Amino acid sequence: MTAQTYELSHLQALEAESIHIIREVAAEFERPVLLFSGGKDSVVMLHLAAKAFTPARVPFPVMHIDTGHNFDEVLDFRDSTVERLGVRLVVASVEDSIAKGRVRERPDGVRNPLQTVTLLDAINDNGFDAVFGGARRDEEKARAKERVFSFRDEFGQWDPKNQRPELWSLYNGRHHKGEHIRVFPLSNWTELDVWQYLAAEEIDLPSIYFAHEREVFQRDGMWLSVGKHNSPREHEEVVTMTVRFRTVGDAPITGAVESTAATYDDIVAEVAATRMTERGATRADDRLTEAAMEDRKKEGYF
Amino acid sequence: MELLRFATAGSVDDGKSTLIGRLLYDTKSIFEDQLESIERTSRDRGDEQTNLALLTDGLRAEREQGITIDVAYRYFATPKRKFIIADTPGHIQYTRNMVTGASTANLALILIDARQGIVEQSRRHAFIASLLRVPHLVLCVNKMDLVDYDETVFQRIRDEFRQFASKLDIGDLTFIPVSALLGDNVVHRSANMPWYDGSSLLHHLEQVHIASDRNLIDARFPVQYVIRPQHQTNRELHDYRGYAGVVAGGVFKPGDDVVVLPSGLATTIESIDTADGAVKEAFAPMSVTIRLGDDVDVSRGDMICRPHNQPRVTQDVEAMICWLADQPLQVRGMYAIKHTTRNVRGQVRELEYRIDINSLHRDETADTLSLNEIGRVTLRTTQPLFVDEYRRNRITGSFLLIEESTGATVGAGMIL
Ligand SMILES: Nc1nc2c(ncn2[C@@H]2O[C@H](COP(=O)(O)OP(=O)(O)OP(=O)(O)O)[C@@H](O)[C@H]2O)c(=O)[nH]1
Ligand SMILES: [Mg+2]
Repeated sequence: MTAQTYELSHLQALEAESIHIIREVAAEFERPVLLFSGGKDSVVMLHLAAKAFTPARVPFPVMHIDTGHNFDEVLDFRDSTVERLGVRLVVASVEDSIAKGRVRERPDGVRNPLQTVTLLDAINDNGFDAVFGGARRDEEKARAKERVFSFRDEFGQWDPKNQRPELWSLYNGRHHKGEHIRVFPLSNWTELDVWQYLAAEEIDLPSIYFAHEREVFQRDGMWLSVGKHNSPREHEEVVTMTVRFRTVGDAPITGAVESTAATYDDIVAEVAATRMTERGATRADDRLTEAAMEDRKKEGYF
Repeated sequence: MELLRFATAGSVDDGKSTLIGRLLYDTKSIFEDQLESIERTSRDRGDEQTNLALLTDGLRAEREQGITIDVAYRYFATPKRKFIIADTPGHIQYTRNMVTGASTANLALILIDARQGIVEQSRRHAFIASLLRVPHLVLCVNKMDLVDYDETVFQRIRDEFRQFASKLDIGDLTFIPVSALLGDNVVHRSANMPWYDGSSLLHHLEQVHIASDRNLIDARFPVQYVIRPQHQTNRELHDYRGYAGVVAGGVFKPGDDVVVLPSGLATTIESIDTADGAVKEAFAPMSVTIRLGDDVDVSRGDMICRPHNQPRVTQDVEAMICWLADQPLQVRGMYAIKHTTRNVRGQVRELEYRIDINSLHRDETADTLSLNEIGRVTLRTTQPLFVDEYRRNRITGSFLLIEESTGATVGAGMIL
């Protein structure tokens, strides 16, 4: 910041806003939790939470909704991060939800849509009243409509036609028992902001975000990784390519992008020049219908 | 890079979403997959051309009805500035969502349909923007293509709006004739309106001077959260006690004499901490942690300020209220009040008047405010608040009224 003009850079302004939101939740809620997947947005969110309470610890646990379809690097990263920060990790597992009969495995094996049940059960079981999510408004058109404090009813539902007014930086977190608030501290960040911030703060990320060689095959116009959760079908040819991931989600539906960007600076340059949204490029779940995200969000999805 | 937040405003169908779509399209801020998706949707619906409003009208219900229901936030940047856009709905039923989008804006774009001229909803939105003290207003006379780019149409609307605006408190007002549909004067100057010698909308957004919009004079620090590390072993941290929050005004420096409200205790600032180390100065809107020289008792909701420049400490608040709920305002009703980091309760003692949006007359016989109505009230709070006039400080001058049983935000207050 330049003291003479009293200006913040746009990243400083975004950081200040996010820290304000995170502290507000810590002050006004009894049992907040921060959703942490090891994906870049949740990494930034947790980093901001750590900054918000320095030199004290983050005063709430983090929760991973585990589809069981993970990249090993990401799980390792998750565990080392929570250990470094001294926060408690709650893991809510989709596999447990399947075993308990709360949800049924889909024929295509994709577990992304099943996560909603696991998430809502975990929120209920733990009595969480505020749930931080790393969603950004620039990601998707339904997300573009969501408040920073997003009210969820007792069924975890979002009602996009009847959201609370949200003025200035006054956030209304009132709710009754059984209801909760989703909180999105990164609402106003873009993908490029996230990368610029990761670079500026030198924040560690799982290695799969950086260019590396990987065996992949093409499905639905996306490069999927060959691995324990993903095997090519007969006609799908496996090739070795230099790729990286732009998002980290349920492995069977998260595509890699062809890229040689191996450092933060490379990635910032690549993201600045890209002509595809990260979801359009990498997430099959959003391609189902025009309103796929809106429909999932209404049911209580992240 | 500097950040400009702006919101659209104006009556339903005046072309707000189309204008935002055009702005994004002509600045090449639309991603290929987004463009393909709205092209496909437009084709499927049988639209003649790609409907750029679909870039912000993303909800199913919005697409079915062809209107905006809630604010959509969009982000774009040019080499000069970063922008956060709030595209708000024009429909009167959703005025509260327009208020939401405009409350944080540095600039409001008010659209007028050149064929219709100024209608009640244009006046309502202009009035709300002035009430919220959005520092810069741009009146876009849109759909110029439908009036043959006629200068006299533009002039007539401009003159009429100027007259209306003279009764409002508007700092900076600019007029631009545009066609959102065809792009005239949106990003590029239009050849169809040689009589217009001002700048294009984008050029204006890039140039408008916003640095002076903040209050750097009245030092205000509402304590948001007390940081007390629970370190048994580390002695230095064991005694750490920091007051975290956002600077709401003015500039704070280590060594400053300060007063903590409501106790009135005087002390000094020992240090201003951030996770990146101590800083020499803190100003709005920085999030920092202040440590004080003396061991005074400070908690969330307290206010740190300078001894010779303090906010008003009061339980009696005079305010303009914008009513946001279906159930009307209840005079003598108790509401929860959220003001800076303070939560108190308060009773609406009196409705002094309601504003007639068209004439701006004060109706002193009014006994309630219904959805989207605006009026002046007196409130009595259960605990003192530390307030400034909203015109001096948007943070310490604003509050929410919350219905206690439902938790709904029912009113937006601006302190007089
Ligand atoms: N001819 C012409 N039509 C326009 C222009 N701008 C918008 N329209 C049309 O006007 C209609 C309404 O446009 P929208 O952009 O949805 O209007 P809006 O102001 O966002 O409406 P709400 O958000 O519902 O209040 C659409 O059919 C647009 O194509 C323009 O400059 N010229
Ligand atoms: Mg619209």
